[in-house]
Amino acid sequence: MTGGARGEGNGGGLIQLTAKDFKSDQEVRWCPGCGDYAILAAVQGFMPELGLPRERIVFISGIGCAARFPYYMQTYGMHSIHGRAPAIATGLSVSRPDLSVWVVTGDGDALSIGGNHLIHALRRNVNVKILLFNNQIYGLTKGQYSPTSEAGKVTKSTPMGSIDHPFNPVSIALGAEATFVARTIDTDKKHLTAVLRKAALHRGTAFVEIYQNCNIYNDGAFDAVREQRENRILLEHGMPIRFGADGERGVAQRADGTCELVEVAAVGEGALLRHDEHAVEPALAFALSRLAHTPHGPTPIGVFRDVERPVYDEVMQAQLDAATAQRGHGDLAALIGSGDTWQIG
Amino acid sequence: MRYTQGAMAKPVEQRDGVIIRFAGDSGDGMQLTGDRFTSETALLGNDLSTLPDFPAEIRAPAGSLPGVSGFQLHFADHDILTPGDAPGVLVAMNPAALRTNLADLPKGGTLIVNRDAFNERNLRKAGYTSNPLEDGSLGEFQVHDVPLTTMTVEALRGIEVTPREAERSKNMFALGLMSWLFGRPTEGTISFLERKFARSPAILQANVTAFNAGYAFGETSEGFSVSYEVKPAPLRPGTYRQITGNTALAYGLIAASRQSGLPLFLGAYPITPASGILEELARHKSFGVRTFQAEDEIAAVGAAVGAAFGGSLAVSTSAGPGIVLKAETVGLAVALELPLLILDIQRAGPSTGMPTKPEQADLLLVLFGRNSESPVPVLAASTPGDCFEVAVEAARIALKYRTPVYLLSDAYLANGSEPWLLPDVNALPDISVELTVEPPVDGEFLPYTRDVDTLARPWALPGTPGLEHRIGGLEKEDGTGNVSYDPDNHDLMTRLRARKVAGIAADIPELEVDDPGGAELLVLGWGGTYGPIAAGIRRVREAGGSVAHAHLRYLNPFPRNTGEVLRRYDRVLVPELNLGQLLRLIRAEFLVDAVGYNRVRGVPFRSSELAEAIEAML
Repeated sequence: MTGGARGEGNGGGLIQLTAKDFKSDQEVRWCPGCGDYAILAAVQGFMPELGLPRERIVFISGIGCAARFPYYMQTYGMHSIHGRAPAIATGLSVSRPDLSVWVVTGDGDALSIGGNHLIHALRRNVNVKILLFNNQIYGLTKGQYSPTSEAGKVTKSTPMGSIDHPFNPVSIALGAEATFVARTIDTDKKHLTAVLRKAALHRGTAFVEIYQNCNIYNDGAFDAVREQRENRILLEHGMPIRFGADGERGVAQRADGTCELVEVAAVGEGALLRHDEHAVEPALAFALSRLAHTPHGPTPIGVFRDVERPVYDEVMQAQLDAATAQRGHGDLAALIGSGDTWQIG
Repeated sequence: MRYTQGAMAKPVEQRDGVIIRFAGDSGDGMQLTGDRFTSETALLGNDLSTLPDFPAEIRAPAGSLPGVSGFQLHFADHDILTPGDAPGVLVAMNPAALRTNLADLPKGGTLIVNRDAFNERNLRKAGYTSNPLEDGSLGEFQVHDVPLTTMTVEALRGIEVTPREAERSKNMFALGLMSWLFGRPTEGTISFLERKFARSPAILQANVTAFNAGYAFGETSEGFSVSYEVKPAPLRPGTYRQITGNTALAYGLIAASRQSGLPLFLGAYPITPASGILEELARHKSFGVRTFQAEDEIAAVGAAVGAAFGGSLAVSTSAGPGIVLKAETVGLAVALELPLLILDIQRAGPSTGMPTKPEQADLLLVLFGRNSESPVPVLAASTPGDCFEVAVEAARIALKYRTPVYLLSDAYLANGSEPWLLPDVNALPDISVELTVEPPVDGEFLPYTRDVDTLARPWALPGTPGLEHRIGGLEKEDGTGNVSYDPDNHDLMTRLRARKVAGIAADIPELEVDDPGGAELLVLGWGGTYGPIAAGIRRVREAGGSVAHAHLRYLNPFPRNTGEVLRRYDRVLVPELNLGQLLRLIRAEFLVDAVGYNRVRGVPFRSSELAEAIEAML
């Protein structure tokens, strides 16, 4: 339980923590081969970069396989109830702006039972980092289709195939006024870490969809991008969007604003769309998110959007400060005696 | 009756108490009129009690029966307990208001109506086939049919307001008339209008002129031959103000924040009749109060749980339909063993029910409406002013025992008002919390060890070095808090959580009984029915009956002497605005053959009906 973090602020940059300092004493109990292991290792590996002592970091989760995550982190943590982690994290974050608050959630947790809390946290721009482990299946309840499962998916609850049209998590986040939206892959530690770094630096809500393989109930759901690297359309700010084994393919924008995949040789590099993650309007980011509704072919990976907007927590604090500056610190006796009073005796 | 104006000084008659009801269209400004009359009455030093009664619809069609809004005020030269059973004076601004309220006016009662509103169209909307002002049907009452609209518009001639604005000032004319009739001071209303309409001089002038014209009309018209005086009541010495239950709850929460040294966090979603608490607290940011209007009821209480984890005095407010949605999160707080206050401002149900009307039917919901064994302390406020004290007490219990606590109020307490003797803020209880801040010497922090007396677990806030720990909804191992599926551990933890809440009985006052001596019948109430029950008992005693009264503030756990008190009496009567919820509890817990008096009409008990019910059991 000891470690370099104890009692130190984050002002001096003296904290020398390692991934090991963020491992709790609890035995990790995901299925062998689960993508969650890789994400846990990447997050623990990234945590020292925050430059914060462990006690200033909090992980909050809902219910599902991913939701066990906080138990394995040697930080403060709460494993709460299904879908509600963004709401709980909001209360913590706005009342404790000194903390770094992270939400770990899954596709069922965030997009089905907790969909309302997710979109409202995003539009408010509360200072929480939301990591959505998307495996396109309900794992902990043993294999029912999820809100991101592809249409037609045969599962225990859909023996004739799912008749639901799936959500695209990145499209949802962009539509919900999110200020930071990214997508990454469980096994690509380098890319995952780079995205976490940008998410952590972002002021406000950061939404990170992580493709996570459930090798028991939905094995290979992301192979098209996880294994076939040529299908990864890597989004890099300011760069023309190219992909393929030798960058021979690219993304161009049609006249109607939608995006299409093109052969660079056919259209010329000048016709390629140049990625702008700081674009004020989310229209281009949204068009990019529509290139792959579910990851079965070329799919964009990286930061779709990263813009600045007032942070909910900070604005709330500013209102408190302004009220106090205007009226002084609240005086209870004056408050209860306000309005019309009268004396007896 | 024709009104001509004379200038003779009129005689003044003494009254010991008066009940007035203002009734009109939702757009007629009856709540404002009632509020102002109440303020004038409070400043005069009368004891008083009010009952606003309005529809959930903001503006139902003008002149229609569902659009009628009412405000009843009881004031007296002695201490009173309720807004009164039936008005002695009814002010009806239109035919619909007359039709919906006349049945409550006793024979001989005073009826003041706006004659101008009794036109064919309004009469038809109210379902009258003939004009009651002309067909002799009001013969049993003292009727003053005053052309309020015409006289208001005439009085405002020359002031630059639209005809519609002039007409809308008629409620101030009525208020002026009533102020004269009952000898109320007028300065407060004038300065109130000056504040309210500071930015619209013409509207201000119109309202003040109408108010003064109404007062002068009473003074000079021959229709009103006497005015009435109600002397101040001998209340306990001190500084008073009027307070509604919702305002008192908001102030109580701010007081609890001050007394605990913890910042206040409110998570809430707008719902009638609880929204007033959110609105009130949102105005007091200089007290460090954070109000969070959430996307739904679940997020509201979820955010409160998050804030509690971070060390706030965390609160969520709602009414029945929202409380149901919060149930899972309250269960989480039971498992997390974090302090949390949930305020249920009860209203008539089931489902949406009658949102503006009171009921006491959420008691079993808050006690048992969660999955599995999930004990939560429950307190209930008995009067608008009591809401302040109960809020502080509920916070004390939540913080000391690290538990969610339910506080029950209702639509009657929420909007009703009474004079409130301001508490001495320096005499409020210290409810500060001992947080765990030092890591144990052996290095391992055990978040589920327990205080030997209270069985409360340590509270270590994020940000505290060396105490990093994880909590959650999964069953925890005693001591370590690690996830555990061990059968004996679950049995132990279930019993520990139950014992912790049951043990609070040792830390709350005993149930007090108001027994004049020799009573064989005990009336046991809880929550917002205190006033009507006490008034009913007073009637019975005045008629020579002997009856005892006890009123529960603590519904879980019950005060430790509750069983002993109940067994002291041959008969126990439990009046409730539900179909017998406390009744069921005490019969089950104490094996007492109590009987209920139950009404769910969406209105408070009348003291007369309770007096009858008590008499029948003597």
